[in-house]
Amino acid sequence: MTDETKTPATEWEPKVVAFLCNWCSYTGADLAGISRLKYPANLRIIRVMCSGRVSPAFVLKAFHDGADGVLVGGCHPGDCHYLEGNYKTLKRRLVFERLLEQFGIEPGRLRLEWISGGEGEKFARVATELVKEVRALGPLGSTRERLARADGLTLRAEGGRA
Amino acid sequence: MAGPRVGVYLCHCGSNIADKVDMDALREFAAALPDVVVARDYKYMCSDPGQDLIKADIKEHGLERVVVASCSPRMHEPTFKRACLAGGLNPYLMEMANIREQCSWVTTDREAATRKAKALVHSAVNKVRLLEPLQESSVPVEPRVLVVGGGIAGIEAALKIAEAGHKVVLVEREPSIGGNMAKLDKTFPTLDCAACILTPKMVSVAQNPNITLLTYSEVEKVEGFVGNFTVTIRKKARSVDEKLCNGCGTCQEKCPIKVPNEFEEGLGMRKAIYTPFPQAVPNKPVIDRANCTYYKTGKCRVCERFCPPQAIRFDQEDEILTERFGAIIVATGYKLFDPSVAAQWGYGRYDNVITGLQFERLCNASGPTGGKILLKDGREPKAVAILHCVGSRDKNYNEYCSRICCMTSVKFAHLVREKTGAKVYDLYMDMRTFGKQYEEFYNRVVAERDIYFIRGKGAEVMQDPVTGQLLVRVEDTLLGVFREIPVDMVILNAGISPRPDAQEVAQKFGIQRSADGFFLEYHLKLEPMKTANEGVFVAGTCQSPKDIPDTVAQGAGAAAEALKVILLGQVAVTPTTAEVQESLCSGCRVCIPLCPYSAISLDEAKGVAVVNQALCKGCGTCAASCPSGAMRAKHFDNRQLLAQIEGVCADD
Repeated sequence: MTDETKTPATEWEPKVVAFLCNWCSYTGADLAGISRLKYPANLRIIRVMCSGRVSPAFVLKAFHDGADGVLVGGCHPGDCHYLEGNYKTLKRRLVFERLLEQFGIEPGRLRLEWISGGEGEKFARVATELVKEVRALGPLGSTRERLARADGLTLRAEGGRA
Repeated sequence: MAGPRVGVYLCHCGSNIADKVDMDALREFAAALPDVVVARDYKYMCSDPGQDLIKADIKEHGLERVVVASCSPRMHEPTFKRACLAGGLNPYLMEMANIREQCSWVTTDREAATRKAKALVHSAVNKVRLLEPLQESSVPVEPRVLVVGGGIAGIEAALKIAEAGHKVVLVEREPSIGGNMAKLDKTFPTLDCAACILTPKMVSVAQNPNITLLTYSEVEKVEGFVGNFTVTIRKKARSVDEKLCNGCGTCQEKCPIKVPNEFEEGLGMRKAIYTPFPQAVPNKPVIDRANCTYYKTGKCRVCERFCPPQAIRFDQEDEILTERFGAIIVATGYKLFDPSVAAQWGYGRYDNVITGLQFERLCNASGPTGGKILLKDGREPKAVAILHCVGSRDKNYNEYCSRICCMTSVKFAHLVREKTGAKVYDLYMDMRTFGKQYEEFYNRVVAERDIYFIRGKGAEVMQDPVTGQLLVRVEDTLLGVFREIPVDMVILNAGISPRPDAQEVAQKFGIQRSADGFFLEYHLKLEPMKTANEGVFVAGTCQSPKDIPDTVAQGAGAAAEALKVILLGQVAVTPTTAEVQESLCSGCRVCIPLCPYSAISLDEAKGVAVVNQALCKGCGTCAASCPSGAMRAKHFDNRQLLAQIEGVCADD
């Protein structure tokens, strides 16, 4: 764990973007902080109201912009603040997986986790594990270029409008 | 074209953030971001002078957007929204970067933390530039409160609200209110009898015209949001007409069926038609249909034959009530840790190994022995061991301290001495007597004769197979010796555990649980009654182990929270809903079945989707699925989130 929390500036450092729902997993991440648990600074959090808000385009966008891994965090099944948004996320997992496959992105770079507001320890553990796994997979590299070429198809449609 | 004028405010949070993040470097970085016209750092942004900085800059620098990098938005978003509003800026033009809980507190390396803080500030600035002003609206509040659980916490909460002149419905699962406290004999540190201080409150509940008491009832479903909850309650069939029954008790005398009484913790018996204890409120019996001969065989009906007011109703059915409430208080209490899960304590194997609650029943004048402390065979014990921390402060079971067991142990020691001639061995790990007058009570009991306090955890309870003598094994850590103490009775002071159905209850009320299984409060110290579900509050031991004074305090506190909701009369409705951009919508209907609130429909004439703003809660699931990008989640729209992603990734 200590290895993971130190980030020497000279070497490649993996980047992980985490999309966390406001009610459970974002609160869990806050609890990790309140409990002063440590996890690698490589993981950066973006707050959404519900994991159901995480569109496949956001995941691709993160990989496109330099992320080497993505975490989507929602409430445990049955606990969703919006009744069933996390079930939609669960269904969308298939879309995520197929998209990654099409772009040749290893499935290990995307992780979907249910983390409750009381699970600060779980959040810190998942963050540490994911950064470690992504580090082992290495930089996304040439895949990112493929994503850049696909930009017109996928990301602009979402990014250009609305 | 120049973008909106952005001000960035970086909080040191004393040293909480500044110790790990280079604030000067962060400020310089922020100042160089696009559209940022002013970037400041300050020791405490949430303080009045901190907020004044923002208000003044909005005027002086003509700020159109504000970013505050500080603690979690869950902590101070409302504070900074108010500051913006006071400065003349729409509060939805403010964005926070969480550089405390999600940066400085979780990172060891200062350089890495600074880099992460930069990325988070970058992300927030990117988003804030694209935000738009939004207007909150409000809806009227249903001026009634639901209290779930009729233990001392729920009773206190219900009484406070009712005494303030407001309507309360108190729902209790058991046939009577009173909860665990009703089972206790005397209470520490004053040695008041629990019934003497509890029953007047129970009677007040029954008599207060503002309280509707629904016992033998359970909440089945909770829908809606703060101010306007719709709750389905199942009122289980008592098989007794409550209006006719006068509580005379004849039915209970005549009923031929005896089963173990849950209220007596299995030590006494009750009938198939019963009130759990003599002071029950309401004093109306229920028929336990699982054990009643009539329901099993179709014969008997003895209770019906002898009932003077003819109140027995075998054909009574469950009633389903649908009620509306502005606020909900969950006070569902605890379950005693079950020591039979581990063989070493001998519970469930040896006759005279009992739990603390069973001992309370033995001591209680209305209990199975009429208040005499007796062994199973009717003899009085000559030596009694009391074990602290059974299932508590134990990594194998519950890691937390149950907070009441030290004091109940001291109380038990005193009661054994008062009622018997037995020697008492009190086996403790640490003596925690933290409350008002607790240490004084402990000092008083320590001075009593024939009570031996031994510092060590009771490791094992054994029984001589021939003589039946119990033997408690303990390491006396003060003397540094192992001891085996022969006793006649062992009281296991089992700790407080979450109720076995806590998860189901949490889901019903849209609240969460902490790692120990208790209901999760919004903030451990500052918001102990609030939960993540606005308008739902918690009180008592369902939130964490507590003694009676703390439970009463939290019950009253939850009442204040609930009163706050209903007295305001109005509740703000979030404007961060979804909306359709009609020119982009193809009317494909993908979004319609995805909405958990059925807020989306198709405008047949225009061929586009429409969002009912009153129903939409802003989860954004529809926006994530819209193939044409027509569905827009306000404040979390695609452009804003894509810009945020760019920000967190662009820190090299």
